[in-house]
Order: sequence, then C-alpha cells, then structure tokens
Amino acid sequence: MNIEKAILAVITTNKEKIAGGAPIFLCETKQELELIAANLEAIMDGIAHALSEELFIIVKH
Amino acid sequence: MSEYIYPILFGVVAGTISRILLLRTDYRQYPTYLHGKIIHLSLGFIAASLGALAVPALLEKEFTAVTLLTVAATQFRDVRNMERNTLTEMDSFELVTRGKTYIEGIAISFESRNYLVMFTGFLTSLSYILWNVFIAIIVAIVCFVLGHILMSGSVLEDIVKIDQADISFDGAGLYVDNIYIMNIGLAERKKEIMKYGMGFIVTPKNMNAISTIGNLGQRQAIIHDVSVALGVFRDSGTPALTPLIKRDLDDGRLGVFILPQIRDVAVAKKVIGSVPVLENAVRMPSETNAYKKGAHKK
Repeated sequence: MNIEKAILAVITTNKEKIAGGAPIFLCETKQELELIAANLEAIMDGIAHALSEELFIIVKH
Repeated sequence: MSEYIYPILFGVVAGTISRILLLRTDYRQYPTYLHGKIIHLSLGFIAASLGALAVPALLEKEFTAVTLLTVAATQFRDVRNMERNTLTEMDSFELVTRGKTYIEGIAISFESRNYLVMFTGFLTSLSYILWNVFIAIIVAIVCFVLGHILMSGSVLEDIVKIDQADISFDGAGLYVDNIYIMNIGLAERKKEIMKYGMGFIVTPKNMNAISTIGNLGQRQAIIHDVSVALGVFRDSGTPALTPLIKRDLDDGRLGVFILPQIRDVAVAKKVIGSVPVLENAVRMPSETNAYKKGAHKK
C-alpha cells in the first residue's frame, strides 16, 4: 500500500492533548506556535493545518 | 514519369498543408519549440504520403500495399506514446500540473490528427485520379474544413455557468461561497490567500455536465489552464498556496479557488469558460437506456 499523506510534525501549546507518533514541538505561546509552524512548513514542504487554536499539524500532501 | 506522380504529389502537399493548419501553438504552449514542430510536420508529411500512395497502389491492383497502412497505424500510436511520455515527464516540473487526463487528451489529438492528414492525402489523390485537379482542390478544402471542425471539441462554457464568488475563512477552513476548499493553519498564509485568492462557482447546466465536471482530470485541467493564462501566486516551497477545486456534493457545483497573478475577473471567467471539455471526462448518464425508456420522469 502506498501512503500518500503523512503527518510530519505536531506543534502545540497544550501538551496534555498530545502523545507519541510524529515529532512533537511544544510551544509556550500562540506566536511561537505560528512561527515554528511557518518554519516547518517551509522546511518540510508540507502544509500547516490547524486542528484547533492550540494544535497544528504539518501534513505532506 | 508515371501517370500517378501528380496525384500523389498533390495528395502529399494537401495532407501536409492540413497538418500545418492543425498545428497551432496556442495558450497551451505546446509544441513551442521548432524541433517539436519539425517532428510533427515530418510525421504529417509521412502520413500524407501514405494516404496518397494508397490510391495508385489499389488502382494497380497491388492490394498488399494496403498492409502498409497497418504500419502507419502502429507508427502513429507511437506518436501518442511519445507525446504522453514527454508531457508526463515535464508535468512534474510544472507549478500547477496538467494532470493525466489532460495529457491523454493532448496525446490522442496528436495521433488522430495524423489520421486526418492521411485521409486528406487519400481523398485528394483519389479525386485527382478519378476526376481532375480542380475537384481535387475542392476536396482538399472540404477536408481542411472538416478536419478543423473535427479537431475543435466543445469548451466548458457550453456546459456550465461561471460566476465569481467570495472567498472566506471559517476558523482554519477556506471556503468559496459555501464550498469547503481546504484547511489553512497559518495566519500569514490566510492573509496571502485573502489578498491574492479569487473564487468562482461553476454551475453545471445539466445532468451530463455534473458528471463531466466532477471528473478530477477535468478539474485539474481548469486549474492548469487558469494558472497558465493568468499566472499563479505560488512556489515550490509553499504547498499551502495551491489552487484547488472542490465539489458541492448536494448539487454538483464546483468551487474554484485560484491564485492568479493577473487579478481580472472578466478574463478569469473567460479563461475558465474556454477550458476544453476533455474527451476522457465526458459522461453521458442521460444516454443510458434506463433514462431513455422514461424511467426518469419527474
């Protein structure tokens, strides 16, 4: 089977909500979260999707 | 000199001219290069020669010469392969890809044009031999016109209505009118999208059009053509800035989200309207027997 989409990274300000799997980036503030997500998006060539205000994922499409 | 030399020459010339007429470099930018054109003109010349030669061969009762035509068919199928391979190779380097359906459509038309050229060569040399050069000229002109009609398929404008629509964000979700397009996380990207994005709603005119524009290849063709004609605000490192088309499941309308560099609504509508309806995407549910027998009555 060929997996087309993959979560490359998880970025969050709320560490209660996450566990294991993809690399996780914990942030203190919303600004930091946006900054890291923007950088990761550019580096990984993936898209930063917002699942909620405090939880972003980088997805390779 | 053989009595057939003039008819054959006439057929070859007429066929080659018809290939030249069919070989236009338009907004699809293909084939752009001199070399590409020479390939197709040479193949057109070969096709015309084959068509023109077939008539004297038959008249001389050399029936085995017809088997030469099967060689021609193989040859032109290779033309399709060649076009398909080239375009597929290049597609991965396009900012907005053409899509396989569009490529197949282009490849098929390259093959079929050679057959048209062959018929032109055949018919013109035949009429030259049977009647005279003037009738052959008339036949050639009829062939040019027919070839032109046969080779111009319908465009999207014939089967849909196109309206501009607002783009908006509901949280992270990007919408064109009420159609969900994608999830954009970063505030910076959202700003860019609101600034550069444009939305259109494509409403199908009938049931057949719903299925046709639902085809993913047809949708990719729309995005590709718009991006070629109007430019695209996008680069390799910014996958979030992707023109996309999504479908309204309720009524089959399409939400077209594009990121053009030339932000002109009227031009954009015109470009979307003149996207070719891809042969491979056409569906005709209204032609099924169940509908014809009147099972579908309102």
